[in-house]
Amino acid sequence: MIAPLAAVAVLLVLWELVVRVGIVAESNIPPASAALSELLNQFGDGAFWSAVGSTLEGWAAGLGIAIALGVPLGLLIGSSRWAYRGLRVPIEFLRPIPSVALIPLAVLIYGQGLQSKVFLAAFASFWPLLIQTIYGVQDVDPVATDTARSFGLGRLERMWRVTVPSAVPYIATGIRISSAVALILAVTAELVIGAAGLGREINVARSGGNLDVMYALIVATGLLGWLLNLATSAGERRVLHWHPSQRGVLT
Amino acid sequence: MRPRTRRIAELAVEIAVPAVIIIALFAWTAGKPTFYFPPLSDVFERFANTWVFERFGSDAWPSLRRMGIGYALAVVIAIAAGTALGSSPLLRRATAPVVEFLRSIPPPALIPFAIVVIGIGDGMKVFIIAFVCLWPVLLNTIDGINGIDPTLKDTARVYGISGRDKLLRITLPAASPQIFAGMRLSLSLALILMVISEMVASTNGIGFFVLQSQRSFAIPEMWSGILLLGILGYLFNLVFMIIERHVLAWHRGARASSLG
Repeated sequence: MIAPLAAVAVLLVLWELVVRVGIVAESNIPPASAALSELLNQFGDGAFWSAVGSTLEGWAAGLGIAIALGVPLGLLIGSSRWAYRGLRVPIEFLRPIPSVALIPLAVLIYGQGLQSKVFLAAFASFWPLLIQTIYGVQDVDPVATDTARSFGLGRLERMWRVTVPSAVPYIATGIRISSAVALILAVTAELVIGAAGLGREINVARSGGNLDVMYALIVATGLLGWLLNLATSAGERRVLHWHPSQRGVLT
Repeated sequence: MRPRTRRIAELAVEIAVPAVIIIALFAWTAGKPTFYFPPLSDVFERFANTWVFERFGSDAWPSLRRMGIGYALAVVIAIAAGTALGSSPLLRRATAPVVEFLRSIPPPALIPFAIVVIGIGDGMKVFIIAFVCLWPVLLNTIDGINGIDPTLKDTARVYGISGRDKLLRITLPAASPQIFAGMRLSLSLALILMVISEMVASTNGIGFFVLQSQRSFAIPEMWSGILLLGILGYLFNLVFMIIERHVLAWHRGARASSLG
């Protein structure tokens, strides 16, 4: 516990020193103390929290849509051999399209507001979820399926009692990946097309030459990403406490 | 169905469904073209005119070069740093919070920082691409080295293998499946960051071209750029998989986990 804290302290001191001594020009990077005190300042500012709220709004809506579409579709495609073979190539082609390539399209169709942000976040986070769900369904232990079948469980019931529970660890990983992706796309949308949120504030601070604020907001964005990551990991552990992958030593 | 018939039928489905989708798109966009969704034939025509080869040198090549340099830098630095961190638990514990924080920053948020510190030239884009691609490779290298079978390590010690030999013949090969997993993740990130960095501040590049086309309402051109990015993403993934399969041919896991 001491080593990590010490490392963070050393890093902050280094940051402060590098700027104070003049290795990096203060016009490029403000000292750590200035950025951090500005961050505290921001915490007391309503505008900051409304920007955080806007970013989270885009993140949540995008991720929600991706889950609502990706998981059921993944279950369907994964459990049908024919559907999987037929759709494999289209999926493999669409999946690597960088969702940011669709920014211009989103602006044309949805304008510069929340809708564009949600569309981009949903599109980007849909694919990891879909792929993870398909893999999860295909990885179901055949013995479990056969056992269920010999006990006379119907198709739907097998799906619900065998396939879905075995695919849940994959889906949980998919949600964790997608959550990070959705946040990235929300911030990108704010930065590039100027939808309200932290990304836009960062850009505004930069073009206004307000470096303390810019660095404070970048740190805040990092903290937000870190907290969301922590939250999804904790959620995963809670839901999957029965699964072998979670039983090991927790780091 | 007999297995042979079934295999042929499956292959037929795999070819037929995408073909039907493309034909349907053709018919749909040709039937009632709207401003935002021009006929697919127009998009293909613009694609041929734009990217073969008029703008390839002026926009596609600078993009690909920046992406290549950034990605290569990230992989080299990440494997080196990952090896150091993976071999020292103390170092790893000490740096964990810093690594966790830095990799949680949504990468676009760093673009303003890079613009202020480095400027808006190629250096900024290479920095952003490298910075973002670093983390998946770094974390996977650390995990891979951590997860090396203790028997393997003990055997190496018994045979007195150490130093460079140990690194090149035991540590890195044993961790390579995970390192490759990280590199594959980073590859798609590199493409994404290439586009974002060009959209925010650039005077050339595919991302710049796509955004510029949209702003001047050159919709078929915009679609042709999106199409190019899709093709690039698909090709990168394909080439990487071929290389991975070749390099990791010895690794059974690589076969077991590759589906169908």
